[in-house]
Amino acid sequence: MENRVHIPAGHVLTVWASLLVLTAVTVTVAGLHLGSFSVFTAIAIAAVKASLVLLFFMRLKVEPVIFRVMLLAAAATITVIMALTFADVAFR
Amino acid sequence: MGSEFHASYLDVPPGGGGLKSWIFSTDHKRIAILYLISILAFFFVGAAIGILMRLELIAPGKTLFEPSTYNALFTLHGVIMIFLFVIPGMPAILGNFFLPIMIGAKDVAFPRLNLLSWWIYMAGALLAVASLFTGGGPPDTGWTFYVPYSLRTGTNVTLAVFAAFVLGFSSILTGLNFITTVHRLRAPGMTFFRMPLFVWAHYATAWIQILATPILAITLVLVMAERLFGIGLFDPAKGGDPLLFQHLFWIYSHPAVYIMILPPMGYISEIIPTFAKKRIYGYKAIALSSLAIAFVGYLVWGHHMFTSGMSDTSRWIFSLLTFLVAIPSGVKVFNWVATLYKGSIELEPPLVYVLAFIFLFSIGGLTGLMQGALATDIHLHDTYFVVGHFHYIIFGGAVFAFMAALLYWFPKMTGRMYSKRAVWVALAHQFVGFNMLYFSMLILGMMGMPRRYYDYLPRFQTLHVVATVGSWILVAGLVVLAAALLRALRRGERAPANPWGGVSLEWTIPSPPPEENFSLPPEVGEPYDFSKGPAR
Amino acid sequence: MSAAVPAPHTHRDPEVSRIGMWLFLLTEMLLFAGCFLAYAVFRVRYSGDFHFAAQELNLSLGLVNTLVLLTSSLTMVLAIAAMEQGRAGRAAAWTGATIALGAVFLVVKGFEWAAKFRHGIYPNSPALAAAHTPGEQVFYGLYYTLTGLHALHVVIGMVVLAVMLVFVLRAARSAEGEGPGALADRLENAGLYWHLVDVIWIFLFPLFYLIS
Repeated sequence: MENRVHIPAGHVLTVWASLLVLTAVTVTVAGLHLGSFSVFTAIAIAAVKASLVLLFFMRLKVEPVIFRVMLLAAAATITVIMALTFADVAFR
Repeated sequence: MGSEFHASYLDVPPGGGGLKSWIFSTDHKRIAILYLISILAFFFVGAAIGILMRLELIAPGKTLFEPSTYNALFTLHGVIMIFLFVIPGMPAILGNFFLPIMIGAKDVAFPRLNLLSWWIYMAGALLAVASLFTGGGPPDTGWTFYVPYSLRTGTNVTLAVFAAFVLGFSSILTGLNFITTVHRLRAPGMTFFRMPLFVWAHYATAWIQILATPILAITLVLVMAERLFGIGLFDPAKGGDPLLFQHLFWIYSHPAVYIMILPPMGYISEIIPTFAKKRIYGYKAIALSSLAIAFVGYLVWGHHMFTSGMSDTSRWIFSLLTFLVAIPSGVKVFNWVATLYKGSIELEPPLVYVLAFIFLFSIGGLTGLMQGALATDIHLHDTYFVVGHFHYIIFGGAVFAFMAALLYWFPKMTGRMYSKRAVWVALAHQFVGFNMLYFSMLILGMMGMPRRYYDYLPRFQTLHVVATVGSWILVAGLVVLAAALLRALRRGERAPANPWGGVSLEWTIPSPPPEENFSLPPEVGEPYDFSKGPAR
Repeated sequence: MSAAVPAPHTHRDPEVSRIGMWLFLLTEMLLFAGCFLAYAVFRVRYSGDFHFAAQELNLSLGLVNTLVLLTSSLTMVLAIAAMEQGRAGRAAAWTGATIALGAVFLVVKGFEWAAKFRHGIYPNSPALAAAHTPGEQVFYGLYYTLTGLHALHVVIGMVVLAVMLVFVLRAARSAEGEGPGALADRLENAGLYWHLVDVIWIFLFPLFYLIS
């Protein structure tokens, strides 16, 4: 296929294994009763897992830059929406 | 252009003509015409409903309708004008026709998806119409579907909301198509900073369609889920939050205003240089200000909620951010005026419509600032002032720009020229009627006349009468314009390829354009370069 | 083909359809972002109630489903890789496996919902209103909305993959039809959608099952 760079099968399996390990980690950490910190870690771990899927399974890593820029635009939009809504909700 | 003979896109195709050759065509130009006809049909329905509302309001008390009918009418007027006319109309009609041609492409990136998005539009429109005659009758919530009333009313809100959801799909597909087209189908030599500002404006609009419409979709899904299953997220009795609805709704619906106004800003940026025969002033500033408006448009939705019970912190933040929108909008207006300065101006109909646009849009913009300021908004909120402001922006702004653009590109699209004298008559009526109608509303609002009311105090009557008479004059102007253009379709003189002396790529091909747009890859130079004379 | 309906792509450019697909995925992300926004607002307001309500969810079922979906993403990648190498039979097998894992996910989800329904916990139920605080009611409102919307996307993904499976099987049987390259491109786009469904679940899982 054209000039696309491929992600080797070995890497794919490694990514899958990492996803399983991270799932185990997030379940374990949730049991530790870290208080408000636990939400933060849960979301952080989820973000890492999502990035793995996006970069390797969905091949963002080998796509042209514009794909990542587009994703960033969506992420920025979501961040802005969240932040400004909390300008209301957090101070109401 | 090569010398070989090309069939125009309007000619009967070899496979046979008739309705089928239109409603199943994947040619972006034919799809644009489909949008033009269906969307303008809804515009005239919406305008007729507007006239009926004004007629009811000519005197206090009951004039023509019961209060419940009036509630249905203003809901219908809003739903039709917003979801069936301006939001799809501004990008999908002229954008479809000219965006591919202006970047030297043969079509959009996904022609079949383009046709599908028109079909989805028609399906959504049909559902919206069906909501009037089924279930509990026409919705009476206003086009905003505010909870908790929209959850409790027995009228057919569920279907109307579903119709808006379906229409959102159509809008998303158009946006997706335009972005991909701009990224992948530009002709050789057509760099981003050589694209006409029309294309930049549609590109920015397409991003709003992609990134904002889904938020409306989920909001409407939640309203439907609430009505069908009683989920409870917007219902205070179940721990829900009605203000969350308003946040979600305006997170879409404020950026949606820029879906309505950005493409018209693109039309203006094409028309002014052509009739001033001068390179546009501040090309990059205007191009980037489109993206800036698209972005800043996301930050200001809270100004629709100043009196909703939102936190004080968020009120001043949103008020401050609202003023930021004035910067990129101001950049555009000043650059347009600067382009006219010392140009060799030809006062042809499109340009005069643009001048009317600049006047009306400026009034709309300035009245917007009055409501962006927190303190004055407390007085003006939910009065006729808001209605007046909104119509100055969307009708005086977007729709006047659309009429300018239609007059500018009509010879290209149809190959015919219209009667300019009829256009002057139309514009004079429209301008006078418009200001009578909506300036009265601004004053009424300041005096304290609330919006959406069926009845009013006698002291408001004089201005209501002025407004109603204005609505007749305005509609007379619209009818004259429509008649002039329809007449031109049959009897107009043949239009040359480049009647106005424009320099963008659509003027290099015949009027009406051949089916394939270009037979050879077009030559692409610097944009708005009038030094070499009109495009040939 | 009549001239009114010109062939859309005479020159195939897979990047065009991939950009289109990604833009569509962005709209899906924004759709769920609206839900996550609602979740965040209520989570801050009712953090105690969310804590208690989440204890009633079945962590092991949620965990099983997480593993199922992550693995289905793997089989999807393997299906595309096989198709790119022109091995249609193998691609069909992996695509089938992906669909099957999606079905497993839905069955598990079905059991989970059914158990809740048996306890009278469903939207607008009398038991929910009587025995639960407003915060807990909102938690279940979000739970049903988000997992329901997600399950709907799983179903759509399975339908898309089933259609792709038909094409892949056809390619496996005969050398005719579109080349393996074009089919791999389409399978990849279908796969992108499937992975997105996985990404959303990656966030849903901790937000509902791991906050007790």
